[in-house]
Amino acid sequence: MLLDSLFNGVAIGSVLLVAALGLAIVFGLMGVINLAHGELMMLGAYTTYVTQLIFKLPILKPYYNAYVIVSIFFAFIVSGVVGILLEKTVIRKLYGSPLETLLATWGVSLILQQFVRSVPLAYGTGLIISLIIGLFLPTVFSSKVKESINFKYVKFSSWIFAALAGVLSGNLISSSVSKLSRASARNVDVTAPAWMRGQVEILGTAFPKTRLMIIIITLISVIAITLFLNQSAWGMRIRAVTQNREMSDCLGISTEKVDVLTFGIGSGLAGVAGVAVSLLGSVGPNVGGNYIVGCFMVVVLGGVGNLLGTIFASFGIGIMTDLIGAGRLLSIWPDMPLPLSNTINFFATTSMARVMIFALIVIFLQFKPTGLFPQKGRMVES
Amino acid sequence: MGQLPNLNEFMRISRRILAGLATASLAVTVTSCGGGSDTSGSFDDTVTVGILHSLSGTMAISESTLVDTEKMAIAEINAAGGVTVGGKSYKIEYIVEDGASDWPTFAEKSKKLIDQDGVPVVFGGWTSASRKAMLPVYESKDAFLYYPIQYEAQECSNNIFYTGASPNQQSEPATDFMYKRSPAAGKPFFLVGSDYVFPRTSNTITKEQLKSLGGKVVGEDYLPLGNTEVAPIISKIKKALAPSGGGVIINTLNGDQNVAFFKQIQDAGITPSNGYYVMNYSIAEEEISTIGPEFLEGHYGAWNYMMSIDTPESKKFAADFKALYGSDRVVADPQESAYNMVYLWKQAVEDAGTFENSAVREALVGQTFDAPQGPVEVMPNHHLAQTVRIGLIKPEGGFEILEETDGVVYPQAWNQFEPSSKGYACDWTDPSKGERYKL
Repeated sequence: MLLDSLFNGVAIGSVLLVAALGLAIVFGLMGVINLAHGELMMLGAYTTYVTQLIFKLPILKPYYNAYVIVSIFFAFIVSGVVGILLEKTVIRKLYGSPLETLLATWGVSLILQQFVRSVPLAYGTGLIISLIIGLFLPTVFSSKVKESINFKYVKFSSWIFAALAGVLSGNLISSSVSKLSRASARNVDVTAPAWMRGQVEILGTAFPKTRLMIIIITLISVIAITLFLNQSAWGMRIRAVTQNREMSDCLGISTEKVDVLTFGIGSGLAGVAGVAVSLLGSVGPNVGGNYIVGCFMVVVLGGVGNLLGTIFASFGIGIMTDLIGAGRLLSIWPDMPLPLSNTINFFATTSMARVMIFALIVIFLQFKPTGLFPQKGRMVES
Repeated sequence: MGQLPNLNEFMRISRRILAGLATASLAVTVTSCGGGSDTSGSFDDTVTVGILHSLSGTMAISESTLVDTEKMAIAEINAAGGVTVGGKSYKIEYIVEDGASDWPTFAEKSKKLIDQDGVPVVFGGWTSASRKAMLPVYESKDAFLYYPIQYEAQECSNNIFYTGASPNQQSEPATDFMYKRSPAAGKPFFLVGSDYVFPRTSNTITKEQLKSLGGKVVGEDYLPLGNTEVAPIISKIKKALAPSGGGVIINTLNGDQNVAFFKQIQDAGITPSNGYYVMNYSIAEEEISTIGPEFLEGHYGAWNYMMSIDTPESKKFAADFKALYGSDRVVADPQESAYNMVYLWKQAVEDAGTFENSAVREALVGQTFDAPQGPVEVMPNHHLAQTVRIGLIKPEGGFEILEETDGVVYPQAWNQFEPSSKGYACDWTDPSKGERYKL
């Protein structure tokens, strides 16, 4: 019983965590209020759908069972590249003006929603492929080529090549997968492969496999991002820039590169969250919008700029949602006094549990406005 | 530098050309808009009707199919010579508006269709919330809405015609079936729905009905619209139904929330093979194919029309739709209902000999139509008398019809199980009775 409750809490929490992880980096570390975060998740979810359909093609059919794992990488890259583009075109010009960023990213979120409604997914995929090639092709050349004066021509021709590749792949996909050749505002569905359906029994309690998969995805993302931030050279640079931008700049860290990288990673994680979310429900243009409020809630509750806080906050909210929403307290303590049990019963519906959670968070933030684990030390901004 | 004036000159000219083009195209648009009398073919005139459904947002998955069907009915009527009113033949044209799954938008677009476009009738809506938002608009302007969805009733407007089922034509026979004759007969019930007016009212009726049948409701929960986290609901269902070895789940979730629900209950082992049977009021053939029959196999649905009905009318309806929109498409009850209402409106207008509201309203009551589901008739309470069917969802999609009522079931606008409306009825043909009178 207790195990079941704990698992449910962790399961709900891990969905929140994987969705909020990218935002914790973008909003927490960079201070960018990215309202298009949900739409980056949506792109990840659609990537899963496209990957699934591509793996149904005769050539790839034998490997169909692996498509979810492949789509995690694809989703990371797709959302990451769109994020990088977003940073380079919109957000870079708006650092330090949160209100404008908020409005601009909200606009971007509407554009992305309408994009998946009105552009056939096959051509959307082609566009993304050309973006990926265009952004990454110039980086593979040796530094000698990069420093030459003619590098801009190399860059230009690689973009032409990318556009060509995009058009070709778009046409190829639309001709081979008929489901992707028409634009549609209707929701689509990702079906988990057989090995991910059903449940496993551990210690006499049955756990749904998709939930376990999401917990595993979340765990791997958290571990990977923690390692990256704390062990790698670029992670150190990111942390340095977060703590003191000017000083890092003076010491020769390219803050521009750090910004792009940080934003790209945050966006990529949103894509991974999209894969997780697509396993639970259907995939549609609005799928990200359902999660964005929860994401901000988690990051604010956890304390801005702190991954550990985000982890605690999402599991805390998950466990509370399960405790209140499923009326668990009653089964843990069956003969509690009547008025108390009536109150608990009243809140034991999904709608009321949400109200209760929000109320509790508002009360909590009254006493600890900086969240569970506030950033310690002196910051440039404060 | 010397080239600059040239460039300016060029810009000026090209701007003038562009402006000219813009004015010209605007003029074309204006004439094509204003040209209502411009008729093609053998028609004497045109009449423009309004179609108002969600083409975007969470309800688009369901509502876009209604637009397709209404367009098909209109095309059929036009191909057969249009609407004949007062000796003149009218070609039906339509304006499609997007309600965007947002209820105030439905009211706003209704006003636009009535006031700006001057349409004599609007075919529209799906969720009860959207209908409740539109109702005051139609009543204050004395305009007409045709509403094609099965709903919770407890409403009877003089300005709305309801061609979907009322609870006694869907949920009541379904509850009766689940309690008495399903594999889970006699087992307790759990009610799940989206958090808005239809599921809540429908479940109140189900609870009252089960009370009088002697059944037991062991729990109910509502998912806020847009929320897909069903984990707490699943643990509640398990806790409530597991002691009796399964039971009946009445599902009134809407739109894409069903996908999340069925994916996750199957993973949690809430399946027919384990003794849990879900009766659905919002899942028809279209939803079965989008959710995936592998998730729904062995569960139930209750409708007036099912695609598997084996009559020439039903087969023709399905075949025509597939011919128009592709062989992978399906037809379902809401579509049939939408199809019927266009034809019923056409018949009423022809009988009335005018598009004028009060005459059409009078002419509509008593209209009969050989619908794909069988004969239907418009009753004085503005609802439709129709046949009720219970179906089992097949592994390959679609329903296997298990039960079918003997002839039509007469609609009750005011539910007879719900205490607040018990003993009341609605009759718009008798001025002394109207919206709600005591039987």
